[in-house]
Amino acid sequence: MIGSYIEFTLDNWQDLLQLLIEHIELVVQTLIIALPLGISLGIFIAYYQPASLSVLWGAGVAMTIPSLALFGLLVPFLGIGNPPVIVALVLYAQLPIIRNTYIGLTGVEKDMIEAGEGVGMTRWQRLRQIQIPVALPVITAGVRNATVILIGVATVGAYVGAGGLGDYIFTGIYQANTEMIVVATVVVSLLALVFDYGLKIIEQFLQLQNGEDVALTRGTKAITKVIT
Amino acid sequence: MIKFDNVTKIYADSTVAIRDISFEVAEGTTTVLVGPSGCGKTTTMKLVNRLEDPTEGAVYYDGTNTQEIGVTELRRDIGYVIQEIGLFNHMTVGENVATVPKLKGWDDGQIDDRVDKLLELMALSPEEYRDQYPRELSGGQRQRVGVARALAADPDVLLMDEPFGALDPITRADLQDEFLEIQAEINTTILFVTHSIDEALKMGDKIVIFDVGELVQYDTPRNILENPNSEFVRDFVGEDITLKKLSLINVDEIMRPTNVIEDTTDQDSKTAVTNGGEVMHHLAPGDSLKSALSTFVESDIQSLPVVEDEETIGVIDRDEIYEIYNGG
Repeated sequence: MIGSYIEFTLDNWQDLLQLLIEHIELVVQTLIIALPLGISLGIFIAYYQPASLSVLWGAGVAMTIPSLALFGLLVPFLGIGNPPVIVALVLYAQLPIIRNTYIGLTGVEKDMIEAGEGVGMTRWQRLRQIQIPVALPVITAGVRNATVILIGVATVGAYVGAGGLGDYIFTGIYQANTEMIVVATVVVSLLALVFDYGLKIIEQFLQLQNGEDVALTRGTKAITKVIT
Repeated sequence: MIKFDNVTKIYADSTVAIRDISFEVAEGTTTVLVGPSGCGKTTTMKLVNRLEDPTEGAVYYDGTNTQEIGVTELRRDIGYVIQEIGLFNHMTVGENVATVPKLKGWDDGQIDDRVDKLLELMALSPEEYRDQYPRELSGGQRQRVGVARALAADPDVLLMDEPFGALDPITRADLQDEFLEIQAEINTTILFVTHSIDEALKMGDKIVIFDVGELVQYDTPRNILENPNSEFVRDFVGEDITLKKLSLINVDEIMRPTNVIEDTTDQDSKTAVTNGGEVMHHLAPGDSLKSALSTFVESDIQSLPVVEDEETIGVIDRDEIYEIYNGG
């Protein structure tokens, strides 16, 4: 049985690669919009606390809308293909990014902020030089979280013509082709794991940069060795 | 250098922090604000760098009303050390110290030199500590970095809010001594907040004693000990006033230099020296009369030599200390 999966993979590797690239493109395009939006909203609610509850609530609600329904709702306005999928994915990515930005910024020790104020930093300088650097590992953890969600949800985008590895899954269901479904699913999972691990390493580097005590993963250790 | 002119501060919740406070801090001196907690001493200090603004009255910095100076410029010209230290944990020691010079836009080479110089001043070797993170340091070392950061841009005024409050007694005493030496060297105007009268007596040229929201007495440490102006001050200063007074005077202030009295006291100075020529009991010129008294009691000798660099430079008699002890 495993043999048939390997055979399928070897026979179709060019198509698989094509779909994998489409999938990554979809996720990256989403992140390009979702990151600045989520981080700005997180900064906004960190400064304007009264808005924090409603913004976080809104982002939470967006996540509960079934993806297929959301794609369907957006198609009449944005047509088929990438646009409705990217808009939907941006919405899904908001909660982890906004939440972690907010927690990261508001979790900075009060003494450091007070000291920053005392040495004559403006509000903007305190944000740039103290709060954001300290919060960056936490924000990265949110981005990691969002990326893993996006890679999974993006498969459904194939239903409205966005391409990606979801294409193989839907076609596989339609043709009752188990190999097609399983191989595409495994590739999606591997992709999520790779992004998760890669972003974890970036997160740890940011923590090291901040002088935090961290239990390094093997990947981070290996890269640290190569660099130094 | 700093002048408080009938300053009243009332917070938004109508708590009166301080009422009608007036005093002046002369350039190059250390003024200590002391009082029980909640007496308004920290608020008073924060009025200087405009972390608080006065409700009534005015605070003058170098002759200018602080309300007419931009907040950020004012704060960058004034060094600030808080009790919690507030080091930037995500920056190295060097980056912490470089904060204000960077904000002021100094060039990199100049900043690096300055950082090394300050770390050396605070007895932290730059090679060892520059690239460490605050988390890796002990409490005393962190506080040194805090002081170095406050002094980095060569401020005209230094504000210190209970800077040694969180340290153990030994580290605190060491840092106090070291800081007195540094102060003698840099000669900055300092406003220092503490709740400990002993620290105030030790560090201050002038002391401002606060009761809740009010300035009770503003005077030199010695005058406060000799002429407390109220029951509150007398209670606050505590029991052993004479010993505290002795701790304010150094041996070299009352010793008789050796070259003047060589012949007459030869006998006395010898009493303190053992047959091996080794000096058993002796004093250093920087010792306080309090520790001199303790040495007199220990050694049971009438006169003790004052030794500096293994050379006897003066002599001090027990009776001279007793005279001061008895109100001289």
